[in-house]
Amino acid sequence: MSECSVTDKLFTIRYKCDDQSHLIIKEADTCVKCTTKDCNYFCPSDVYEWEMKQKITTVAYENCIECGTCRIACPSDNIHWVYPKGGHGITYKFG
Amino acid sequence: MAEKFDAIVVGGGPAGAAAALTMARAGLSVVLIERGEFPGAKNIFGGVLYRQQISDLVPDFWLEKNAPVERHIVEQRVWMMGKESMVTFGHRNEAYKEPFNCFTGLRVKFDQWFADKAVQAGAIPVYSTVVTEVIREGNKVVGVRTDRDDGDLYADVVVIADGVNSLLGKAMGVHKEWAPDEVSLAVKEVISLPREKIEDRFNLEGDEGVTIEFMGETSLGMAGMGFLYTNKESISLGIGVMVNHLRDKRVKPYALLEAVKQHPMIRKLIQGGEMQEYAGHLIPEGGFHSIPKLSGDGWVVCGDAAQLVNFVHREGTNLAMTSGKLAGEAIVAAHEKGDYSAASLRLYDEKIKQSFIHKDLKKYKGMHQFLKEQDPALLFDKLPRALNEAAYNMFLIDGKPKADKQKKAMQVVKDAAGGTVNLIKLGYKGWRAMNG
Ligand SMILES: Cc1cc2nc3c(=O)[nH]c(=O)nc-3n(C[C@H](O)[C@H](O)[C@H](O)COP(=O)(O)OP(=O)(O)OC[C@H]3O[C@@H](n4cnc5c(N)ncnc54)[C@H](O)[C@@H]3O)c2cc1C
Ligand code: SF4
Ligand code: SF4
Repeated sequence: MSECSVTDKLFTIRYKCDDQSHLIIKEADTCVKCTTKDCNYFCPSDVYEWEMKQKITTVAYENCIECGTCRIACPSDNIHWVYPKGGHGITYKFG
Repeated sequence: MAEKFDAIVVGGGPAGAAAALTMARAGLSVVLIERGEFPGAKNIFGGVLYRQQISDLVPDFWLEKNAPVERHIVEQRVWMMGKESMVTFGHRNEAYKEPFNCFTGLRVKFDQWFADKAVQAGAIPVYSTVVTEVIREGNKVVGVRTDRDDGDLYADVVVIADGVNSLLGKAMGVHKEWAPDEVSLAVKEVISLPREKIEDRFNLEGDEGVTIEFMGETSLGMAGMGFLYTNKESISLGIGVMVNHLRDKRVKPYALLEAVKQHPMIRKLIQGGEMQEYAGHLIPEGGFHSIPKLSGDGWVVCGDAAQLVNFVHREGTNLAMTSGKLAGEAIVAAHEKGDYSAASLRLYDEKIKQSFIHKDLKKYKGMHQFLKEQDPALLFDKLPRALNEAAYNMFLIDGKPKADKQKKAMQVVKDAAGGTVNLIKLGYKGWRAMNG
C-alpha cells in the first residue's frame, strides 16, 4: 500500500461539525510558556498547531476524532475538553 | 416535573447495552442514552468479540441471519518484531470451531445490533444526546442533565457506562483523571481486501479467521502492541502505545501506523488493499489498581469507565458486557426491594468480585507497575531485537558450530538485558506481574 497522509486518513471519517469548538485552550499564556508543545505531536488528527507569529496554539477542532488523549497528555492540563454536542463530531462507518 | 424512570443508562457501548438489556428484560423502565447518532457511531476496537459473554445475554447469536460478526477465529499468532524480521508463536486448532471461541467484528455494526436487543426488550433509546452531568439530591444520584432542551431525566438509579474518557465518573469523583500511563492511544485502519486474497494469505477456509498481535521494534521503543485481524473482506490493522511514552517520543500516531504498514511482514499481508477508514481511541490500561469504587447511592459504574480491561489478553468488550449484566442484575434486585442505597447496590461489587473480571484483573495486578518501572526501550526494543538476532543466527547455516551459535544467541539476549542477573530479575518480575 502506498503511504497516505493524515488528510487522506481523516477524509475517510464522516464529520458533522458544530459551529462551536468543544476543545478550549484554558490559558493562552500557559502555551506560550510551554517548552515542549507536546500537543503538536501526540494528537492523532493534527488538531493543535503552534502559531509562531500570533504565539497561540491553534485548534482545528473540526478534525478531532474525540479520543481524549490531549485532555490527559497536555503536561499543563491546559485543555478544557468536552464532547461535541449530541449527534455532532465523528461518525464511523466500520469502527 | 420531568418524567421518572427506574433506570437511566449513560452510554450505548457493550457495557451500557448489556445493563439496559438485563433490566428491560426484567420489566424495569429503562432509558439508554448515547451521544452518537446511534450506538457504535463513536466506537472502535481492535476487533475480537468473545462468544461466551455475548451468548450469556443473547444465546446462539451467531446463528442469526445478520449476525454482527466477521470471521470466527481458528488461529491466534503472536509476533516479536525486528526491523525486517520476526520471531513467531501461535496456535491453530479446529476445536475453536465447536463451540466457537471468538470472532472478529466491527463496532458500528456490533454496537447497534447489541443496543437494538435492549430496545427490543423495552429500553427507550435516546441517541444524539450527551449527558452533561448527574443530578444529585444530597449524596444520592437522582437523574441526569443532557444537552437537549428540557433535558433533565430522573430515575432511581443511573448506570455510568460512558467509556474510557468517563467525564461523568470524573465529575462525580468516582475516579480522578487518568494518568498518561493508565491509558494507551491506539490508531487503526480498516483496509479492504478481497475475500479470496484474505483466505489465501492467511490459509483460511470460508469464514475462518486469524488474529495477530505484534510487539517489538514496531512500537519504536514505547510500551505498545500492534494488531492485525482478518475480517470477511477487510483487515483491521492498528497499534496502541502508552500515552506517556507517546508524549515523550514525540511521534505522530499516524506516522507510527504508517511505519507499521511498511514493515515487510505486514506490507505483504495488506498489499493491494485500500484504506477504508482511519480511527483512534484510548484503551484503559491501569489494571486492577486503577479500578474505582463501583457503586454508591443511586449509581453504578461499568466497563471502560471503571478500567475493566484485561490488556494482557486484549479483552475489554467481554468484561464490559459482563459488568453491565451484573450491574443490571444488582439493580433488578434493588428494584424488588425498593432500595437503591449504596448498601443495596453493593451487591454489584460483590458480583464483580465473584466473577472472572475481578479474578483475571487481580492475576495481572502487577503488570501496570511492571511496565511503568521497566525501561520501555529494553522490553519493546532491545529484547525483541536480541531475540530476532538470536533466532537469525540459530537458523543460519554458515559453517559455525551449533554450540558456539547457541552460546552467542544466549549472550545477545543477556547483553540486551544488561547481564545474566538482570535478565533473571526481569524474568522473575515479569512472571510475578502476570501471576498476581
Ligand atoms: C484499539 C482498541 C482495540 C481493542 N481491542 C479489543 C478487542 O480486540 N477485544 C475486546 O474485547 N476489547 C477490545 N478493546 C476494548 C473494548 O473496546 C472496550 O473495553 C469496550 O468497548 C468497553 O465498552 P464500554 O461500553 O465500557 O465503553 P465504550 O464502548 O467506549 O462505550 C461508551 C459509550 O458511551 C457513550 N458516551 C460517552 N459519554 C457519554 C455521555 N456523556 N453521554 C452519552 N453518551 C456517552 C460513547 O459514545 C460510547 O458509545 C479495544 C479497545 C481499543 C480502543
Ligand atoms: S501541550 Fe498544553 S500547554 Fe503545551 S502548547 Fe499544547 S496545549 Fe499548550
Ligand atoms: S481528543 Fe484526540 S483527536 Fe481530539 S484533539 Fe484531543 S488528541 Fe486530538
